[in-house]
Amino acid sequence: MSAIVGTKSSLTWAVHLSLVAMVVLWLFPTVGLLVSSFRTTDQISTSGWWNSLSSSEQNLTLRTDAPDTQIEKDGLFIIEGNLFGEASDADISVWGTSSRSIDDYTPGDVAELKNGATVTVAANGDYLMQSEVPMDGRRGQRVFVTAQTPPEFTLDNYRNVLLDKNNRQGMTKAFFNTLTVTIPATVIPVLVAAFAAYALAWMDFPGRALLVAAVVGLLVVPLQLALIPLLKLHNEIGIGKGYLGAWLAHTGFGLPLAIYLLRNYMVGLPRDIIENAKVDGATDFQIFVKIILPLSFPALASFAIFQFLWTWNDLLVALVFLIDSSGETTVMTKQIVELLGTRGGNWEILATSAFVSIAVPLGVFFAMQRYLVRGLLAGSVK
Amino acid sequence: MTNLTLTNVEKTYPGNINVLNNINLDIKTGELIVFVGPSGCGKSTLLRMIAGLETITDGEFTIDGARMNEMPPAQRGVAMVFQSYALYPHMTVRDNMAFALKIAKKSQADIDAAIDKVADKLQLTEYLDRLPKALSGGQRQRVAIGRSIVRDPKVYLFDEPLSNLDAALRVATRIEIAQLKESMPQSTMVYVTHDQVEAMTLATRIVVLANKGIAQVGSPLELYETPENEFVAQFIGSPAMNLLPGKIVDTGDTTRISVTNGGGVINSSVATREDMKGAAVNVGIRPEHMVPETSENYAFESTVEISEALGEVTQLYFERQDADSSPVIAKLQGIHRNVRNKSMRMSADPSKIHLFADGKSLHYQ
Repeated sequence: MSAIVGTKSSLTWAVHLSLVAMVVLWLFPTVGLLVSSFRTTDQISTSGWWNSLSSSEQNLTLRTDAPDTQIEKDGLFIIEGNLFGEASDADISVWGTSSRSIDDYTPGDVAELKNGATVTVAANGDYLMQSEVPMDGRRGQRVFVTAQTPPEFTLDNYRNVLLDKNNRQGMTKAFFNTLTVTIPATVIPVLVAAFAAYALAWMDFPGRALLVAAVVGLLVVPLQLALIPLLKLHNEIGIGKGYLGAWLAHTGFGLPLAIYLLRNYMVGLPRDIIENAKVDGATDFQIFVKIILPLSFPALASFAIFQFLWTWNDLLVALVFLIDSSGETTVMTKQIVELLGTRGGNWEILATSAFVSIAVPLGVFFAMQRYLVRGLLAGSVK
Repeated sequence: MTNLTLTNVEKTYPGNINVLNNINLDIKTGELIVFVGPSGCGKSTLLRMIAGLETITDGEFTIDGARMNEMPPAQRGVAMVFQSYALYPHMTVRDNMAFALKIAKKSQADIDAAIDKVADKLQLTEYLDRLPKALSGGQRQRVAIGRSIVRDPKVYLFDEPLSNLDAALRVATRIEIAQLKESMPQSTMVYVTHDQVEAMTLATRIVVLANKGIAQVGSPLELYETPENEFVAQFIGSPAMNLLPGKIVDTGDTTRISVTNGGGVINSSVATREDMKGAAVNVGIRPEHMVPETSENYAFESTVEISEALGEVTQLYFERQDADSSPVIAKLQGIHRNVRNKSMRMSADPSKIHLFADGKSLHYQ
């Protein structure tokens, strides 16, 4: 179309602008989530994620080393070290020794403590505490500093959420539970729908048109209608709550769209090819396996991506058909809902958990996007 | 011996839409039969009924005496070449050719041998590992033909195989098909086309389909020289045969006819019975048989409205006698200058003049 002679429509600008707006709208929260998941609680509470690349001013409460590390030197008892534990790039602007006045001193000043000892803190956090008598006490002296700390990213959140075995609210188990639900719940409907779509597209049998109409009708039935009756049925026939029930439910809810999409794609395949295969002696099953399936790959892939994404993100079906009181079969969506309740303040945990749950869909999307577009366009343009 | 017979075959689609009626045809081994006819006349439908892709509503179809009406396509021993080639787009040329043999569970060695032989014959050897999309139209059609040959079928069915090719390639592929047929004298072929040049050059016999039935069956030259009816007369040959209304004035071994419009009197070597005297007939003269005449023995006289000089021939379009009739066309050899708007007398050799009464040729009465 761009080759057509003439001035470009001013609509082009509207298209470009709205595209930019959509990209920003989509990227903003996602990038925010990603960046937040690599920051510490303190960083999140003092500055937004968009500041994460610049240094931030923080009020920190630090301690000197404990008195039992003191050494005697020239008749003075000395504790030496760095408040941040090791040499850091921090830049302390003011500091204090009491929580009521945290900005009494500037770096280099000497503060006198109640027990007669003196402490001095340099801008980089190095401190020197000395006393004429041995210092006692179990813990080190508290020092309140206001420091510029350089940007810092940590993998601790992921370690905590994914690898910590003691963390009962970790995502690892839920992640694998979600996979257990999603993979069969994608594969089963794609398989069933492919067979059905072939029959509805290319096999002559009475009532075929009615069946197609019924499938189209089922497209508009809200799944909430079926939740309770279906759960009752599952309980009565002994499936109860569990993976099998969830797979069946996802399969059932996914099938109408799958059959509709695949049938429309298969109907568009050239009739001559199928007739030629029939003259060549192929049975319907051979035609399906050797000709229709390979040629329908874009449509199969695009539906598989859809089904994968919405079973992955599903909460409702999992709550109704899968998660029982034991909590052993919890999925990630449910886990995040629980985290919102119990760890609502810990944004770093929430951000990390959320990112763990969207990482796989993102990966699937980027790996398969060309099939997604091709499959969606299938049939609309020859 | 492969003998195809169609006896009283009929095709009716649901909703009582009758497309073919009363088809009787006998096809012998080694013949190349061409179905021609105007579009929508059911020629493709008839071919698909032979292939088994359409059910036969009524009548009987046999191959070698065995009834085929209910036989699925695969068991009829036919191979079909489609207008759209119908290659399997996801398979290489080799796999395309091997498909039917693999389904038939032939050994790999047999399959390879058959493919190599056919690929060699059709000059496809270097393309065997390509996908169809990497081939040109002519190559694709050769693959489609090769795919049918490897199966060694009793009957080859061609459904307008050249229609998707451009003009030059069409001529080349047509000659290839003719040579192929010559190299396989025992194979029977049924070929559907709407192109009369293909029909005339390839066919052993042509079947002209019209009005839900067969208008005439015969060798190409039979159809040209002695058409049974006005439809075949006008369908075969280009431009179409001129039909001039007239009246028989003298009967016998040669018939004398006076032409109503444009008014001459002319002889035809078609014999007529005495009782035909005075009967209204249509005089059929092919444009290429028209010659200018100066004597009183002419078919008609009229003014040249348009003259098309092609160098090799000159086509003259004469003024229409009344608004409904199509113009009379004459195709004269060589160059004729300054004939436009001139009145000319035209006639033809008596042996080239056809007579039709009620649409039927008097030659057959």
